[in-house]
Amino acid sequence: MVAYIARRLATGLVLAVLVTLITFLLLSTSFDRVVAAVLGPAATPALIGPTKERMGLDRPVLVQYLDWLGHTVRGDFGTSYFTSEDVVHAVTGRLGVTLSIILIALVISVVVSVALGVLSAARGGVADRVAQGLSLVGHLVPGLLIAIGLVFALAINLQLLPATGYTPLAEDPGRWAATIAIPVIVLVVSGIANMTAQIRGSMIDELRKDYVRTLRSRGIPTRSIVYRHALRNAAGPALTVLSLEFLQMFGAALIIENVFALPGFGSYAFNASIQGDVPIIMGVTVFSVLMVVSLNLVADLVNGWLNPKARIH
Amino acid sequence: MSVETLTAEQKPVAPRRSAARRLLKDPQALITGGLLLVIVVLGVFAPLLSGHGANDSSLDAVNAGAGTPGYPLGGDHSGRDIWARLLYSIRTSAVSAVVATTVALLVGVTFGLVGGYFSRRIRGITEWVFSLVMTFPGILLLIVLMPVTKGDVRVTMAIFGVLLSPSIYRLVRNLVVGVRNELYVDAARVSGLPVRRILRRHVLVVVRGPIIIATAFLMGSAIGVQAGLAFLGVGSSTVPSFGSMISDGFRNLYVDPWQFAWPALLLGFITASLVLLGNALRDALEGSRPKPVKIAAGPRQEPEAGESTGDLLTVRDLAIAYPTPSGELREVVSGVSLTVAASETVGVAGESGSGKTQTAFAVLGLLPAEAVVTKGSIRLHGRELLGLGERELRRVRGHSIAYVPQEPMSNLDPSFTVGAQLVEGVQASCGISRREAKERVLALLARVGIQDPERTFGCYPHEISGGMAQRVLIAGAVASEPELLIADEPTTALDVTVQAEILDLLRDLQRESGMAVLLVTHNFGVVADICDRVVVMRQGAVVETDTTLNVFRGPAHPYTRTLLESILDGSTVRTDPPVAATAGREQ
Amino acid sequence: MTASLLEVDELRVAYPRRGFRARPVEVLHGVSLTIAEGETLGVVGESGSGKTTIGRAVLGLTTPSGGTIRFGGQDITHAPAKQRRALARDLQVVFQDPYTSLNPSLTIGDILSEPLVVQGINGKDAHARVQALLDQVGLPGDAAQRLPREFSGGQRQRVAIARALAPRPKLIVCDEPVSALDLSTQALVLDLLVDIQRRTGVAYLFVSHDLAVVRHVSHRVAVVYRGDIVETGPAATVTSEPEHAYTRKLLLAAPVPDPVEQAKRRAERHRLRETPPAHVHA
Repeated sequence: MVAYIARRLATGLVLAVLVTLITFLLLSTSFDRVVAAVLGPAATPALIGPTKERMGLDRPVLVQYLDWLGHTVRGDFGTSYFTSEDVVHAVTGRLGVTLSIILIALVISVVVSVALGVLSAARGGVADRVAQGLSLVGHLVPGLLIAIGLVFALAINLQLLPATGYTPLAEDPGRWAATIAIPVIVLVVSGIANMTAQIRGSMIDELRKDYVRTLRSRGIPTRSIVYRHALRNAAGPALTVLSLEFLQMFGAALIIENVFALPGFGSYAFNASIQGDVPIIMGVTVFSVLMVVSLNLVADLVNGWLNPKARIH
Repeated sequence: MSVETLTAEQKPVAPRRSAARRLLKDPQALITGGLLLVIVVLGVFAPLLSGHGANDSSLDAVNAGAGTPGYPLGGDHSGRDIWARLLYSIRTSAVSAVVATTVALLVGVTFGLVGGYFSRRIRGITEWVFSLVMTFPGILLLIVLMPVTKGDVRVTMAIFGVLLSPSIYRLVRNLVVGVRNELYVDAARVSGLPVRRILRRHVLVVVRGPIIIATAFLMGSAIGVQAGLAFLGVGSSTVPSFGSMISDGFRNLYVDPWQFAWPALLLGFITASLVLLGNALRDALEGSRPKPVKIAAGPRQEPEAGESTGDLLTVRDLAIAYPTPSGELREVVSGVSLTVAASETVGVAGESGSGKTQTAFAVLGLLPAEAVVTKGSIRLHGRELLGLGERELRRVRGHSIAYVPQEPMSNLDPSFTVGAQLVEGVQASCGISRREAKERVLALLARVGIQDPERTFGCYPHEISGGMAQRVLIAGAVASEPELLIADEPTTALDVTVQAEILDLLRDLQRESGMAVLLVTHNFGVVADICDRVVVMRQGAVVETDTTLNVFRGPAHPYTRTLLESILDGSTVRTDPPVAATAGREQ
Repeated sequence: MTASLLEVDELRVAYPRRGFRARPVEVLHGVSLTIAEGETLGVVGESGSGKTTIGRAVLGLTTPSGGTIRFGGQDITHAPAKQRRALARDLQVVFQDPYTSLNPSLTIGDILSEPLVVQGINGKDAHARVQALLDQVGLPGDAAQRLPREFSGGQRQRVAIARALAPRPKLIVCDEPVSALDLSTQALVLDLLVDIQRRTGVAYLFVSHDLAVVRHVSHRVAVVYRGDIVETGPAATVTSEPEHAYTRKLLLAAPVPDPVEQAKRRAERHRLRETPPAHVHA
């Protein structure tokens, strides 16, 4: 078990090195532009050369990458070109906003879609139509439009919620909740759409299986068959969708945080990418890769716990 | 037998009708497909349909209202023609969709075929490459690459296509791995077909449908991402796009909401149409998806009056039907009557499609939800079972009737230990404590001939053999000390040597407890071995009922005679010598 | 006595196991058999005995880890793709499951003409041959335009037999060809196989778990138990007076369709069980 996790993490590290290497190579094609941006309006061709030299960006790309890697391995991710902020500090400081939105949205989506999916698979009828209708609506309307529509309706027309901006939880819990409400709703709509369909589908498959009939033949209550047996077996495929959904929400945060002017990881990564803030981009990349790797690992471990056949011995 | 095989067996032969023709009759596909076609045509003829270019701005048209001459939908905040910009944005979206999808399909399908069909080592490599692609922070990469791509939509979308390709790769790889193990691919290999031809003719055919469906969804997501990036201001500002129009309109919302609404509506229409078209394609190409199964007793049926016969089980004039796609009911069991006396073993024998399993499920109250009992009566100790609710039936099943299925493995819940599943059943039927239930189960496991009950108790189903699993299922069935055991082909999935042991076990258990057994089988050897009486069924009806000896020695019905004659027994040893090689070779 | 068409000598097959550095499992531990032209060799055994693997190794669908397979005097143990393609003319297969052995999206005509076209036969000749094949297996001539799903299990198995016969092979590997069929259909398909053999002189390697079925079609029978052949001999001898204890056990376990006879057989089996022979560890 420990060996398995170690091997998976080692694979993850190799992936991280490759992904960061490729990202760095791609970034290196536009270093001139980065230097110009750092210099701002004062940038002249005469200044760019020396500045590039001073920043170490004129060295061979591979040397630069290895230099970065060496520092990174020792925990030194560098500082932003533009604000001189420490990368680790900058990234972790903004993660809280994003994570709170994503996790809240995820929990709500999971609860609602499990309830809807199970109900619609085991009961059919009205519950099924509601579940299918909801997931269709979530698929049909792009999240961007839902976001803008909600802002327009709730914030601008009805003045119920603030349209944009962010108030930290510690400052004012009520206002905090209000500022993240619309972003959460946007994420929940697509989350429910994706996960309800998945859970409904795998529950229908499970409930048609032979063992369900056999359990029924022994007089076991329906509730136990649905929730204890079928749901547990259906949870495996749903888990994969859940981890994909989590990553997708991180992607969506990029756009949503921009629309709602939330000071989160997404908008920060977005601005860094636009500006060409190499240390931040590299830091964000490392973080994303590690997140994907550990998320997959956790999903596989949980799946092994749920499904004895997939267990690693 | 599972529900699937049952319904597949009895489905009337589907007429040959191509998926394309089915699509043309599907309103959802027609409407969404037509809408998309109209939108694309509008985009293609943009220069003819509007008097302005997408970026022509005129001070006179700044925030002009709809209907201004030359500006049918008005002008935006920089005086550009909204109608023209919408038309040109369609072009951008279409190009994005085509480029991203083409790249994703090329990469995903090629590697999926390679990774799925060839050796495991090659698959290991492709897996690795795609997990690398999937680890990239996708949208971030697109933004970072803007200086490289110079904001060119086509290049950006080509990269996005690569980022989308893992989903196609996985889809194709899974399908191909499945097809590769199909016997018809083996047959093609034996026929000497080259790999390329096998891939094209046998493998690609299977992959085609799912790919067409995925294409619709891929296009939707490409259009969405392109619009999202443009909304954020990433990319060239001279490229007209729904995203940048929405962004402009959003900033101008208080001046004129329509500047926002037009692009938003059109974008919504396009993506919604693609999703709905994808769903329609899925229904047409893969057939309708399975519907929810209601776990409950079938439709209620007024019990018919009839005097009790004194037998343990009396089935009278039972008819079961299934709805066909056209809505009518098709009978699979028509007017079956049979009785089982206490401590008696009755065989229900027949070929596939004879309705023998359906009859057994009806007695258990475990018919699939879509089945309809159209008439008849099922009485246990004179008490009518048809029409009972799920709760009452559960009591009957827990106490009086038990069930041993055909396929031992699929009838155990793979996620629970053998012991846990049995304990739950014992607790449900006897209402005893967990500890007592465990002891009872251990004793039962020992009784059904399991060598090390403690160990088996803690095993998961995949850790035990098929024969053991069948013993476990028998233990689960007799745990509640039922009066009637219904065994549905209990030995069909087993080897003959194991079959003999299981039949011995059933016989012993029956002798000890005095329960009655209703045994469904297609094997007349099994009938001869264990049954006191036989009910021979054919196409949903009983053709003959008699004692086993009478049926074997003097079958009354011609069908029974044919069946018995087609049994290959000891007398049919082949006696003719091999044909000399020179003798034959017809033609 | 005719010369051996197929000679399998000390055949070993090992399957790799899932997992990190797992040792492969050997499923055949040195199996030897021969088939003469026009002869049927029945291979009988229980699930997991390796009987199916023998057929798959002969067909090249599984790579042997040891031993040799000779067909018509030619070593085909590790035949490369090109040699396999040439072999397809002489070596064919009928699989167990007629539902998955026919591509559901091809018409019967396409399925039957595919091996012919690969052999370089032109369309018109292939068409004529398909009609002849359908006739040979007792299917209507218009079957060629229809899809597999329009046929019953027995009819599909006839199509599979016709496909195997298409290139006029010398040997057909029949892997449990009737075990998925109904009783009444089983006998008809077996009779068809025997009839075809009499007319064409094709040889069969007939794999089955069912002693009664094997007895019906085989000239000689080989009994496989846990990856080894424990007994080989004329069908009548092996299936009525077996020498090996395992064969005896197999024979007594199969129920006879007669209550009185079966009661006797059962009693005999119980008696045998009381005194298990030392060399059978079942």
